[in-house]
Amino acid sequence: MKNLVILGAGTAGTMMSNHLVSKLPKNEWQITVVDQYKTHYYQPGFLFLPFDIYTTKQVKKKGAKFIPKGVNYINEKIELIQPEDNKVLLENGTELPYDILIIATGTKIAPEEIEGMKSPEWHKSVFDFYTYEGAKALRDKFREWEGGKLVVHITEMPIKCPVAPLEFAFLADSYFKNKGMRDKVDITFVTPLGGAFTKPKATQALHHLLTDKGIKEVTDFNIERVDYENNKIIDYAETEVPYDILVTVPTNMGDALIERSGMGDDLNFVPTNKATLQTEEHENIFAIGDATNLPASKAGSVAHFEAEILTDNILRYINGEPLKEEFDGHANCFIETGGGKALLIDFNYTHEPVEGTFPFPGVGPLNLLKESRTNHMGKMAFRWIYWNMLIKGIHIPFVSATMSEKGKHFEETEA
Amino acid sequence: MDKTIAQATISVDQEGYLTDFSQWNKEIGTEIAKEQGIEMTDKHWEVIDYIQDQFKNEHPLSIRGIKKSGVLNIKEFYALFPGGPLKKATMIAGIPKPKSCI
Repeated sequence: MKNLVILGAGTAGTMMSNHLVSKLPKNEWQITVVDQYKTHYYQPGFLFLPFDIYTTKQVKKKGAKFIPKGVNYINEKIELIQPEDNKVLLENGTELPYDILIIATGTKIAPEEIEGMKSPEWHKSVFDFYTYEGAKALRDKFREWEGGKLVVHITEMPIKCPVAPLEFAFLADSYFKNKGMRDKVDITFVTPLGGAFTKPKATQALHHLLTDKGIKEVTDFNIERVDYENNKIIDYAETEVPYDILVTVPTNMGDALIERSGMGDDLNFVPTNKATLQTEEHENIFAIGDATNLPASKAGSVAHFEAEILTDNILRYINGEPLKEEFDGHANCFIETGGGKALLIDFNYTHEPVEGTFPFPGVGPLNLLKESRTNHMGKMAFRWIYWNMLIKGIHIPFVSATMSEKGKHFEETEA
Repeated sequence: MDKTIAQATISVDQEGYLTDFSQWNKEIGTEIAKEQGIEMTDKHWEVIDYIQDQFKNEHPLSIRGIKKSGVLNIKEFYALFPGGPLKKATMIAGIPKPKSCI
């Protein structure tokens, strides 16, 4: 019996177990998934939790529900990967030998990377919304807040779901409007980038939206420290931005396991071939989703597209065939813009987000890079798609792993 | 588009970044620095060397990378290239403006 071990039962790891269980012969391969946590969170929902749009129940379910029958599911902390011996060591002392290993351990926030960020004020006046705890603490704070300066801040790139901080600012605008207190809330968006987003074309569209909604922008802000006693953030150029509530996206890093195992880069992300998803160092180790160092967005849609290609490549690897160099960095993101509307963007390694229609060329029903109610409905429907199709590895009709160029108005990204 | 600087013709993009690194030399770097209001010193050149090295080895540039470079700390980096240090230093170094990822 051969062993395929998947580390992490988040979006990517769960999808891979579902894809592979039907593809690998059961009498030859045992699939094992390891994750220390029993709960599977719907991470896109953390954006909506602070605004009472989703309830806590809508964003978490038991992880075991989504791991298919026939897969060995272990809830235990992973101590070490030993690639030289083809073994994974668990905290309780268990050794898991593998023939093929898939790393899907994701990315985490690391607020301790910035002086003063993880202080006694953490989750009191300084919040994150990338964890369940952070999003929930923020919800409670917003429910009773009487107004003041709200600062939405990105520490450094790359981050998971790079549009989420912007969406947060848009939703905050709507939320306080609906509460009849928008005039009491001053919203500022602070970013280390030169503009609102990483892709120039989308930045233009988003900049207009920020201006329309009266949200101020502070760009090129590289944070040095949080002065939590005097409620301000300070950057290396000594620019100061005062806050009453700071909602920050801390530095994102790969799991500490990757560092312990000596397999990561500066931020603990695993160096991975960007077209095949094989790790650079070990041919029987593959990586998927946020855990990789790929120059693609860290987003569930990316993991979803990667999963289809990785499944093929695992089968090719087993059969001794050359791997397909197929992954093109395809990402597809709804951007919630508040007031029941959303934008949709679709891009990859080489193409900027473009205008057009999705997924049917010329028809839609979704509009790319334009605000619409249909897009918002798409985003809301996505929670159902996530729990019922996406992580179960069911193909989403009409949406292909590589990006389609039909029905879109293209401009090449500068090399 | 073409630009004449330090008795040479170089091609640059709209923002003034060289589009062909092979056209770069130290005199060009010095002149671009002057346009940015920066007088180059040995320490500046040490940083430019590091940045060009990273570029040649295809290592993405970031503020975090500077912290770990061993060449200087971030405060010094801001002091040498006031304003947007990465943007200015890459322009002087003759390499593309860093695309901070995704």
